[in-house]
Amino acid sequence: MTDAPALAVDGLRKSYGGRPVVDGLSFAARSGEVTAVLGPNGAGKTTTVECCEGLRHPDGGTVRVLGRDPWRADAALRARVGVMLQDGGLPTGARAGEVLRHVAALHARPLPVTDLLDRLGLTAHARTNVRRLSGGLRQRLALAVAVVGRPEVVFLDEPTAGLDPQARLAVWDVVAQLRTDGAAVVLTTHLMDEAERLADRVVVVDHGRVVADGSPAALLSGHGESLRFGGPPGLDVGQLGAALTAGISVQEVSPGQYVVSGGPDAPLGPQAVATVTAWCAGLGVMPDGLSLGRPTLEDLFLDLTGRDLR
Amino acid sequence: MTATVPGAAPAPAPAPPLRRVLAQARFDATVLLRNGEQLLLTLVLPALALVGLCLTDVLDLGPGRRVDVATAGVLALAVMSTAFTGQAIGTGFDRRYGVLRLLGTTPLGRGGLLAGRVLAVAVVETVQVAVLGGIALALGWRPAAAGLPAAMLVLALGTAAFTALGLLLAGTLRAEGVLAAANLVWVLLLAAGGVVVPPERMGGWGDVAGLLPSGALGDGLRAALVDGALDVRAAAVLVVWGAVAGVLAARFFRWD
Repeated sequence: MTDAPALAVDGLRKSYGGRPVVDGLSFAARSGEVTAVLGPNGAGKTTTVECCEGLRHPDGGTVRVLGRDPWRADAALRARVGVMLQDGGLPTGARAGEVLRHVAALHARPLPVTDLLDRLGLTAHARTNVRRLSGGLRQRLALAVAVVGRPEVVFLDEPTAGLDPQARLAVWDVVAQLRTDGAAVVLTTHLMDEAERLADRVVVVDHGRVVADGSPAALLSGHGESLRFGGPPGLDVGQLGAALTAGISVQEVSPGQYVVSGGPDAPLGPQAVATVTAWCAGLGVMPDGLSLGRPTLEDLFLDLTGRDLR
Repeated sequence: MTATVPGAAPAPAPAPPLRRVLAQARFDATVLLRNGEQLLLTLVLPALALVGLCLTDVLDLGPGRRVDVATAGVLALAVMSTAFTGQAIGTGFDRRYGVLRLLGTTPLGRGGLLAGRVLAVAVVETVQVAVLGGIALALGWRPAAAGLPAAMLVLALGTAAFTALGLLLAGTLRAEGVLAAANLVWVLLLAAGGVVVPPERMGGWGDVAGLLPSGALGDGLRAALVDGALDVRAAAVLVVWGAVAGVLAARFFRWD
């Protein structure tokens, strides 16, 4: 195994009807790692992944999968790449087991079909027509189809959209196993906990560009700890701010929700906690749900991509 | 759900090309032969037409033994049902549901998908010839043995022309449009396309019907199976339709 990334996207551009959807996007994904492409709806995630899968031709920039251009993929390269489309793409006239067996037959050394059906909880539905499978079962079948050929690179477009918690865990289990086995997994999601839990590397995409790229820990470092609590809306936070050490800030992030954040040179310490609770006590306010913690990926994501609906 | 599967490490390799195409053909043929609406179109309606034509004299089929003329026409109808209508509807909905895109990313690829699909059409046609031919033999059909090679050639040319036309439809219209158009064209060609009723029995319209792929396929099979001859004009008409539709399909077919 070489040091070259399994997937290298460099300056990728793609427009639909003159409107840029992907606008100079670059990132890489490595073997034995899960790379999550995270972004709001319409950020360009699916278009990016489709360019990587060889389903769309980029307007500009380059995409290399295992060192080769996916647009000109031959059967050997296609065998090395597993694909799960967002809309499934499963033949609807056949039974679930037949579909998986068929795709397995296109490969020389596929995974045992019965094991894979079992692992994804599909055994009881193997004889059910794809048309009659629930959305969650179809998602899992699509995942099985993507991995049955034992690929080196796996693209999963929103693999857990619409799944119940048990099915989501089963999918995460398969993804974690793919990583352990040494595959490069690239998944798109807008679920923060999925990215935080699964990904070795997170690429945050917005308006067709990468706005952050790194491990979840690296992305969140530099964002110090924060203290959160609830209370009546409209408390005079200026008064509290003056009482805190310089460099520590306080904000009412939404009505009745307060966040006290440390800065790079002024980490939150026990003194800050005491100041906050003393200030509350002085006002006769119970700090509801008082908690100290690191910011989540969701906080970071909202900071990066804004709070406006799109 | 177990944590590990032995031998799950990446070990990708495509199956050999022929095996991939055969797998796709088997898969498509299974789906086609199990679908009730498809069976109605490919076997039940042609069988009803065959029995109806042989047991009544409602339509003027012209000279020749009625069962022989009717069987040749019904085989042409069967080819039209499978290669054109059935195949167009299946491909149209596969395109809508992303099946073409997904299979295009597997070792099969787009070329293998097309090859497998054409082979599946041939498999279904073989079943149709066996079933409809069996019924026809029971009704007294005696095909001209000398015309069997010509019949095979015309069947292949007709299949190619109608498959190309079906793909052109499936790759350019929305799935609902494909469903409506493929069924409507089937009905129109059955009624006035010279498939079952020979174009020469249709008056002035017959000149047009003979130039349609339906009329050419019907004429070609009637010449081969009734008279034991190759209708060169009909074969040429099918070649032109196949070439034009093939070029247009290659140019305008959209995979998504």
